[in-house]
Amino acid sequence: MLTIDQLSLQLPLYASWWKRDWATCLDAFSLTLSPGEVHAVVGASGAGKSLLAYSIMGLLPTPARLNGQLYYQGKPLDDIRQRQLRGRELALIPQSLSALDPLVRTQRQVAWAAQRAGQSSAHAWRSSQQALDHYQLDARAQQAYAHELSGGMARRVLTAMAHVSQAKLVIADEPSVGLDPHQRQRVLAALRGLADQGKTVMLITHDLRHALPIADRVTIMRNGKRVETAPANAFQGTGDSLTHDYSKALWQALPDNHFSTSETSRTPQLQQEANVA
Amino acid sequence: MRLSRLSLVLLCVALVAFGLMMVSPIDPVDAYLGPQMAQVSPEQRELIAQRWGFDEPPAVQFGHWLRQLVSGDLGWSHVYNQPVSEVIGQRFQRSIALLSGAWLLSALLGFSLGVVAGAKEGSRLDKVISTYAYLTASTPAFWLAILAVLLFSVTLGWTPTCCAGPTGTLSQNVTLATRLHHLVLPIATLALLGIANITLHTRARMLELMRSDVAIHAFAQGASRLDVAWRHGLRHASLPAITLAFASLGELFGGSILIEQVFAYPGLGQATVAAGLRSDVPLLLGIALFTALFVSVGNMIADTLYGVIDPRIKQGNL
Repeated sequence: MLTIDQLSLQLPLYASWWKRDWATCLDAFSLTLSPGEVHAVVGASGAGKSLLAYSIMGLLPTPARLNGQLYYQGKPLDDIRQRQLRGRELALIPQSLSALDPLVRTQRQVAWAAQRAGQSSAHAWRSSQQALDHYQLDARAQQAYAHELSGGMARRVLTAMAHVSQAKLVIADEPSVGLDPHQRQRVLAALRGLADQGKTVMLITHDLRHALPIADRVTIMRNGKRVETAPANAFQGTGDSLTHDYSKALWQALPDNHFSTSETSRTPQLQQEANVA
Repeated sequence: MRLSRLSLVLLCVALVAFGLMMVSPIDPVDAYLGPQMAQVSPEQRELIAQRWGFDEPPAVQFGHWLRQLVSGDLGWSHVYNQPVSEVIGQRFQRSIALLSGAWLLSALLGFSLGVVAGAKEGSRLDKVISTYAYLTASTPAFWLAILAVLLFSVTLGWTPTCCAGPTGTLSQNVTLATRLHHLVLPIATLALLGIANITLHTRARMLELMRSDVAIHAFAQGASRLDVAWRHGLRHASLPAITLAFASLGELFGGSILIEQVFAYPGLGQATVAAGLRSDVPLLLGIALFTALFVSVGNMIADTLYGVIDPRIKQGNL
């Protein structure tokens, strides 16, 4: 479905106003996503998760240095193809709720997303209605403005916008952040539903616990590098089937696993990052 | 509540204008007499002053004016020898053509230029529009007007140099085409300055929007820059444009005073200057009140429009 091959990303860093350094945000990152799976990408803040999403979508700021290759359905995914496929085959559920236009009613925004995916305006209006119904957003929510929606509702609107485009690859960037357990369940279940329809879902999150129930595979990311990709069921018990120390430490540091930091007590930095995660 | 606040504003405007006229060094009797000043004896002067009520203390004069105002009478203009309401009515009819023409032109043109420049940030078109906007934004209105008269009226002879119609023709006999011909240059000059301001603010809002989460999300849906500018940009950029367009009504009035002087256009602006120079207190107060009302109504319209465009701004019961 999507193959990421040795992707490296550098962004300019201005140490002082005359000197430009390059900060490495992704470092030879490789990953393959298969159809019908929810693939969780887990890492601490600053691990490069969101930048990975933007690299796949082709939405990086202009002075970025990108190396390596992306393949979508076997063919290279370059700038031109990204532009063609954005909104039609590739969809992004953004991290920030401010991605909703505060001046436009919910249903109209969803209909715009459908139109941008190539639907006629009448068809787009109908499918926007269906998508919003599908995510249990009632008539009032459909006619509401973004500030009138709760966090969970706004998340579901963003999911509906990705859903309505019929995209085959959906990247969800921190979709469960700041939601209460009930709302989180609904949003995550919606993503699982997309994968069950045969779509590929890349779930970007910093919270391993929330990703595990719906994920098929989990990739742990750290400092722009892939640490390990493991099936979701490897994260159980003491995590013995995990190959990498960092993944084990991350797993064992979770509150349900007794906040154990035994593996990492020798490396304070690791411990700190595990706590962040 | 709104209305009582408005009347309070109007009262303050009247008080300040009246106070300024009282401390003005121009003696109304001298100004009224003009060159005949020397032929009038002190007794006659006193008689005139008594007739106009200039001999009474300022507070009494103001109270007198206020009583008249409440009964709907704005007083008598001694410069034009007509009721103030009539002077304002006639003059405003001519000024409204100039003001509304300039206002519409600057709002519409300024907004579209700003949207285009903002949507195509860094392009050649953007550079041309921004340069133009910065240049005209830093140009004084009267100076531009003088240059325009010199170039188009004197050198090229395309437009008339003065007035609202040909001299020596009764205003009933002036055709619409001639009226418009006389209006072209004043409107263009007045609009040119308003355009720059609105363009720059609209452009700034557009730039902000094109980098916002909203725009990036739209790009992720496969939208083009044009699509984002059209669907999201127009809505977002219209807020500062509306603020400026309605807030600039006062500035426009100020600008029209200068422009009407330069083009010798007999509108409200010229009447204001005449009233000030010849100490015509009732006329000046009348114009001040009228202008304040005009600007307040403009701001009220802007307030209402905000609520229509941005649902986050709800009209409170003030």
